[in-house]
Amino acid sequence: MTLQQQFDDIPGTTLFDAQRSRQGYHLNMFCMSLMKAENRAAFKANEAEYLKRFPMTPEQSAAILKRDWNGMISLGGNIYFLAKLFSSDGLSFQHVAAIMTGSTQQEYAQMMLNGGRPVEGNRSKSEWQQRG
Amino acid sequence: MADIIAGVATSHVPAIGAAIDLGKTQEPYWAPLFKGYEASKKWIAEVQPDVIILVYNDHASAFSLEVIPTFALGCAAEFPPADEGWGPRPVPVVKGNPELAWHIAQSVILDEFDLTIVNNMTVDHGLTVPLSLMFGQPKEWPCQVIPLAVNVVQYPPPTGNRCYNLGKAIRKAVASFDKDLKVVIFGTGGMSHQLQGPRAGLINREFDTRFLDNLTKDPQALAKLPHIDYVREAGSEGIEMVMWLIMRGALDDDVRETYRFYHVPGSNTAVGHIILENKR
Repeated sequence: MTLQQQFDDIPGTTLFDAQRSRQGYHLNMFCMSLMKAENRAAFKANEAEYLKRFPMTPEQSAAILKRDWNGMISLGGNIYFLAKLFSSDGLSFQHVAAIMTGSTQQEYAQMMLNGGRPVEGNRSKSEWQQRG
Repeated sequence: MADIIAGVATSHVPAIGAAIDLGKTQEPYWAPLFKGYEASKKWIAEVQPDVIILVYNDHASAFSLEVIPTFALGCAAEFPPADEGWGPRPVPVVKGNPELAWHIAQSVILDEFDLTIVNNMTVDHGLTVPLSLMFGQPKEWPCQVIPLAVNVVQYPPPTGNRCYNLGKAIRKAVASFDKDLKVVIFGTGGMSHQLQGPRAGLINREFDTRFLDNLTKDPQALAKLPHIDYVREAGSEGIEMVMWLIMRGALDDDVRETYRFYHVPGSNTAVGHIILENKR
């Protein structure tokens, strides 16, 4: 496997590499703009209108409006930038992590209390495919 | 002569900062974690460093995607806490040491580590949470702090080997500074954790334990670890651990492990902490 293939083979994980950084530049810079209180207010007042300030693709805007976190990541979003968006929504990292993994808040929090997601069975996409 | 006498590594989970700021440290969820830092607080109160060189990463606070420095050294006189979207943490402004910082910058650049010099920057939880863990909630931080921000957000971050060797260059730079200063270097971030995607919540205690063991015994072996191993074995954000190797490189080859603490979970993260001292 090439190095790129090795990274791509890690299941449920998106490497924020050059290609994704270019793809997600405006999406991430939109998130960055929410660091300012006046921008947060403008976004809250009319989300779709505010997004027009950033030259994003329709798919990126739609993912933001739907708060489709995995969708945003697949379109070049980076988790530390997305954190600006979910923080302004009043959500924690753990809350959004639960959503991204398809668990309930309680299931996810319990998994962490039990020691987290084990690495066994979570190293390769082939392991996830076998599990179905 | 300035001298690096010890290294401290610790995770810098933002929720730890929030727990401190909101007075939740005695709650059942958090109490075991903060108990693990009691010995460290005593240790650093006895050591009384003049300066801390604090290796950390910025989390899209001071640096966005507009400018992405691989290594950025804070040379300013002070660094205000960043507003990360919910207001700045209620912690003291961080006071720098511009004279030593500039000396380090010049020395390591001439040693071919072309870092970025920063004169105006805020510092986020990556820097302030380790200070809170080690010093609690003082009115002023008890020593000066030189921030060294490392890019671990945009792939590729620097290699572990580059970090380890930068640590060595920093050690040489500090040793050639002609004022008597007691310096402690912090490496922060880690340990295993993944914050994104369907694999979020990954923790690898075995990897972390081996990393802690080798940090003391065999840092050269750790320096060879490729990025793919961090990401696959310790989670996409586990790659922050390359920053610990800057701390390790700045110490003697032979060090004493003074203290170690490991706790799961700190929110989404395996919280790891170690204190290493030069034997001199």
